[in-house]
Amino acid sequence: MKSFLKSCTAIALAVSFTGQAMAQVKEIGAGEGQVNIVAWAGYIERGETDKAFDWVTKFEEASGCKVNVKTANTSDEMVALMNEGGFDLVTASGDASLRLIAGKRVQPINIDLIKSWSTVDDRLKDAPWHTVDGVHYGVPYMWGPNVLMYNTDTFKEAPTSWNVVFEEMDLPDGKTNKGRVQAYDGPIHVADAALYLMTHKPELGIKSPYELNEDQYKAALDLLRVQRTLVGRYWHDAFIQMDDFKNEGVVASGSWPFQVNILKSEKQPIASVFPEEGVTGWADTTMMHVDSANPNCAYMWMEHSLASNLQSDLSVWFGANPSVPAACTDGRGMQTAEGCTTNGMDNFEKVHFWTTPTSKCASQNDQCVPYYRWVSDYIGVIGGR
Amino acid sequence: MSLAQSSAILPERGGVRGSLSDTVWRKPTLLLLLMLAPPVLWLGIVYLGSLFALLLQSFFSIDEFSGLINREFTFKTYGELLRPSNIDIIVRTVSMAAMVTLAAAVVAFPIAYFAARYARGKWKALFYLGVMLPLWSSYLVKVYAWKLILAKEGILTWLFAKLHLTWLIEAWLSLPIVGGNSLSVSFTGTFVVFVYVWLPFMILPVQAALERVPQNLVEASSDLGATPAQTFRNVLFPLALPGIVAGSIFTFSLTLGDYIIPQIVGTSHLFIGQAVYAHQGTAGNIPLAAAFTVVPIVVMGFYLWGAKRMGAFNAL
Repeated sequence: MKSFLKSCTAIALAVSFTGQAMAQVKEIGAGEGQVNIVAWAGYIERGETDKAFDWVTKFEEASGCKVNVKTANTSDEMVALMNEGGFDLVTASGDASLRLIAGKRVQPINIDLIKSWSTVDDRLKDAPWHTVDGVHYGVPYMWGPNVLMYNTDTFKEAPTSWNVVFEEMDLPDGKTNKGRVQAYDGPIHVADAALYLMTHKPELGIKSPYELNEDQYKAALDLLRVQRTLVGRYWHDAFIQMDDFKNEGVVASGSWPFQVNILKSEKQPIASVFPEEGVTGWADTTMMHVDSANPNCAYMWMEHSLASNLQSDLSVWFGANPSVPAACTDGRGMQTAEGCTTNGMDNFEKVHFWTTPTSKCASQNDQCVPYYRWVSDYIGVIGGR
Repeated sequence: MSLAQSSAILPERGGVRGSLSDTVWRKPTLLLLLMLAPPVLWLGIVYLGSLFALLLQSFFSIDEFSGLINREFTFKTYGELLRPSNIDIIVRTVSMAAMVTLAAAVVAFPIAYFAARYARGKWKALFYLGVMLPLWSSYLVKVYAWKLILAKEGILTWLFAKLHLTWLIEAWLSLPIVGGNSLSVSFTGTFVVFVYVWLPFMILPVQAALERVPQNLVEASSDLGATPAQTFRNVLFPLALPGIVAGSIFTFSLTLGDYIIPQIVGTSHLFIGQAVYAHQGTAGNIPLAAAFTVVPIVVMGFYLWGAKRMGAFNAL
């Protein structure tokens, strides 16, 4: 945690140190025999959970690099592990990646050494969460949106707006939405409310759902207080949410394609939609530790992550989108064009990717409400204050 | 005289082992110190040390603007703890813990009484197995199972529908505070699961206390003309009370600290444990998280003080 606070200051410092590219690898030599990766649970599968999902074994055979995985549950844990050292790679989300760059825990990537770089989605090649002043600090791994999941028995036509979860109304089946919708049990959900207000209250002048000044923030909280009266239980765990859709009569909620795919595979009457207001989402990047002990294996893994069945199969496994668009269609794995569409591949522009709110923000003259207040106030909102 | 002295005080034995043994023998306190040092150090450094580190954190504050921790002594964080939304969390948690404890005592007493007075031989073994068995299975599995039992389309609703008692559930759920959309999305559900999960911790000490109540006292009471209710009130209950209080220490403190059950079954209203978890996570508000953890420590401090006065520690 201390490291997070330190890196907040470091972010400020990094702004003044821009353009200083650190030494990067010039060529890939022989593998060192292993590579140590910090990753989200389910991100690096070797067929042990489900035989069909394996993108490690072949890599180990071909490169001779044994893959050691340390799973992390939160972005803070990832940053802490990388600060500790002893790892080569990390699959960092948008909020962790900039902290790692600012704290100089990751090194620039020589994209010339990654043959498949050209196949990366053009929309991700220079994404701001891993590219600082034209220097690439990582290789895009996966991204995914937070979609609106709904019950097709209740909604004969897909809902077009997030208003079904934010405002009291009668749903198409004639009954109220009170007690039949859910929202995410994390302070980051304030951003979803802000996103909704961006469309419905343009006079507030919200530019980014992660950069809110006091007035905008207050409006978002007011909206969330209305939502509290509609929500019986907030969801926190994907499997509890799926259970609530099956057994608790919940019919609409913000959700991940992960849940949508699993419920669909169980033949539940479930579908998802990108509402007109847009959605929030996450994007992860493979980044390399500045003191990586196994740089050659690390580069081989980064190449592998783009070129192999990984992108395709992982996107099926996780309900996410591959960073290599070809992985949707070229049959290297199980993903199909249709599957990518469900996961939101075509709606990249509608996604506002997750970043940590800090008081320093460009769009509101550095007058933004920092994340720790999002936490305490969201607790208040859920508690009915 | 000198001869007697010389024979009473033997010359020291030579060698390191010998003199070490002599020193320890002559100074018993030294031996005690040597034997106690490792556990005391363990308790002092690992347990109390971390506790004080935590307490210390709660006197720091978070800078409103930058979100950095300000390492200067202040009561500002405790001021934040007294905000209405945080007071809500504390009141909610403590009253839930009190109610769970009360209910656990009421449910546990007859079970413990039966086990202590009537169960013999293999029935006694079966009783112990029955009480302990839930403790051996995973806590999470039990909680998830309860979520399914209490769900809107779960087995309990089905059972009530078959008995034509659906109106009863609906009437209960329409009540303020304890009600909700379904049993699994209400405080009632959280309460039921808490009672279930902590019940063994109540039954065992109560049973131990009841075993120690001499049967002849109960018989003497009825010989003297007391009704069963009077015997219970004036003989059995006072003698079993230390056991109940001992059990209540477990149920009360465990409910006070739990953060998983209210997350799976309930209305998403936070309990102290969840608030700590939320504040120390990405928020980085360690001081407030620390201040929150001080609350159960203080509450339990008073509770244990009261329990000691009622003789609960003799029944453990």
